[in-house]
Amino acid sequence: MNKMPKWADAVLIPLISILLAFFFSGLVIWAIGKDPVVAIKTMVQGAFGSTSGISYTLYYATNFIFTGLAVAVAYHARLFNIGGEGQAMLGGLGVTLVCLAVPWPHWTLALPAAMIGGALFGAAWAFIPAWLQAKRGSHIVITTIMFNYIGAALLGYLLTKVLKVPGSMLTESARFPEGAHLPNFSEILAPFGINFSPNAPANMAFFVALLCTFLFWILIWKTRLGYEIRAYGQSETAAKYAGINPSRIVIIAMLISGGLAGLMAINNVMGEAERLIDNAVEGAGFIGIAVALMGRNHPIGILLAALLFGFLYQGGAELSFWESIPRELVVVIQALVIMFTGALDNMVRMPLEKLFVALGKNKKKEA
Amino acid sequence: MDYLTIIQILDSALRLATPLLLTCLAGLFSERAGVVDIGLEGKLLAAAFLAGAAAAVTGSIWIGLLAGIAGSLAFSMLHGLASITFKGDQLISGVALNFLAAGLTVVIGQSWFQLGGRTPSLSGNGRFEGWDLPFADAMAKIPVIGPAYDELISGHTTLTYLALLAVPLSWWVLYRSRFGLRLRAVGENPSAVDTAGISVVKLRYAALVIAGVLCGLAGTYLASLAAGFVKDMSAGRGYIALAALIFAKWRPWYALWATLLFGLLEAIGNRYQSIALGDFVIPVQFMQALPYILTVIILAGFVGKAIPPRASGQSYVKER
Repeated sequence: MNKMPKWADAVLIPLISILLAFFFSGLVIWAIGKDPVVAIKTMVQGAFGSTSGISYTLYYATNFIFTGLAVAVAYHARLFNIGGEGQAMLGGLGVTLVCLAVPWPHWTLALPAAMIGGALFGAAWAFIPAWLQAKRGSHIVITTIMFNYIGAALLGYLLTKVLKVPGSMLTESARFPEGAHLPNFSEILAPFGINFSPNAPANMAFFVALLCTFLFWILIWKTRLGYEIRAYGQSETAAKYAGINPSRIVIIAMLISGGLAGLMAINNVMGEAERLIDNAVEGAGFIGIAVALMGRNHPIGILLAALLFGFLYQGGAELSFWESIPRELVVVIQALVIMFTGALDNMVRMPLEKLFVALGKNKKKEA
Repeated sequence: MDYLTIIQILDSALRLATPLLLTCLAGLFSERAGVVDIGLEGKLLAAAFLAGAAAAVTGSIWIGLLAGIAGSLAFSMLHGLASITFKGDQLISGVALNFLAAGLTVVIGQSWFQLGGRTPSLSGNGRFEGWDLPFADAMAKIPVIGPAYDELISGHTTLTYLALLAVPLSWWVLYRSRFGLRLRAVGENPSAVDTAGISVVKLRYAALVIAGVLCGLAGTYLASLAAGFVKDMSAGRGYIALAALIFAKWRPWYALWATLLFGLLEAIGNRYQSIALGDFVIPVQFMQALPYILTVIILAGFVGKAIPPRASGQSYVKER
């Protein structure tokens, strides 16, 4: 069966797929009459040229690490969770309720509490689709899409009717107390004598995301539960014969997935906005799909893919500012990455497999 | 609520149901052939954009219609390439198409028209006009049936009547023609179809062509109704159509009723921003979310079980 060496499967195929996606993205830029090289330079300059740019890049990457891990956990159990967007929205609600409930004295107390709030609400929003899939066989893709819309409507209602500050014109919650402020990179790095842009959004949540990436690796490859999730994902019947309860795995995998998506709120809601605003998630839940696919559902891959998309997001913002190319270009790139690394995987894989088989035969002849 | 108001709401329900119905039938053909189509939303958006752009430039909605269908077909074929030819994941391909449409329409739209992703607004021949059916004016004076005929049945655009005609036509094609029999078979048991010497790949591509044309009609209708393309104007209609498809249990006539119901919900939501039931006021957001909530309830099997075509979502691999 081993047609290809492992490194080709893990590195070469994704690399070629991504290059193809970028090639077509460049084609799009060229087709609208802009220079792809100038565009890339602008994006790199905007994302890495200043501490402010780096901070935004890391801030976006933090969001995508959470949502990427969320999609990946579910994917290991062969569940396609498109509901990251809604789960992250509800996570924002959980974080907001926690932050506003108590006049927090210090962020070291507020952060763990907010994490529990965000993860619980995110997981709760994933629970209903998970339960329906496990017990009633309703397709999780459709139900999670529906729950994105239901979540958006629910948050719209809560923001306009319940959480809104009376008398204010803005549809947003009250500002979080001072004690719930998460240190940003400027405050973290100042003791070390490093100057970092003080108003940029990257914050403590980045380190929580890194921790989650590590825990994800432990969970999936070093624990019994992770083994069961993977076994269920590989073959439902085999898992059943091994005494694994399918409903339990579906529900647990989705709860973890929703919890991770909900955790994203400690970055965008608690770390950046410090209040709940309308459309706080900004599509990060969907980008998680691209990140997980690109990162092959492996923590290191997800980390790298999240950084890449952080760069694209921040670079894309600069692109719209300097080159008047709309920000939606990032959505195009995201679509092409999903298309090439996800759906068109075989297009790259099949010729490569033939190539490696041919190479293998030659070697045998020589020997 | 008087009689005329009810008629007006029903009229607007029909108007809003038209794109849903066309999209739902598109999904019906594709899923009956075993190709799951999450990408309906993207096709709708791509078609609306190209139709809006072409109609704005040429001043003719008919040329817009052709452009819309071409765009939607291109997306459909891309879906086929990924999910039929290269046997990729149909869900992932559909998701990618939705993002591709959401991004490309704005990027290209801005480059063509510099209106922040909108197309110039359409007027005159750039839009479909309502058809006044014979005697509509004369009959309007007759009580009860007059207003119903004049407001509800008459005065819609070509595409609405076409969508309504598409329902019996789809039924006939699916259940009374040889092509339809094979199409349904390929969605249930592709290897049997293959054994009979009929190409699974060709049939599935044919289904995607039909889906592409129907989505093209629906997208053009959206652009014509709103007098131009606006960013993200499909606004989840592709997903609602998908929901209606499940609600309809993959059957043409049920699809009509399901989309009319969702159209009615939208019409009521548009007309009454908030509905008061005694002291309790139903928030407008609830009305907006209702189609999605209904879909989840239906999916949960509490209102009869919806069973998809058996082979849907799986790419067909020939045995060797």
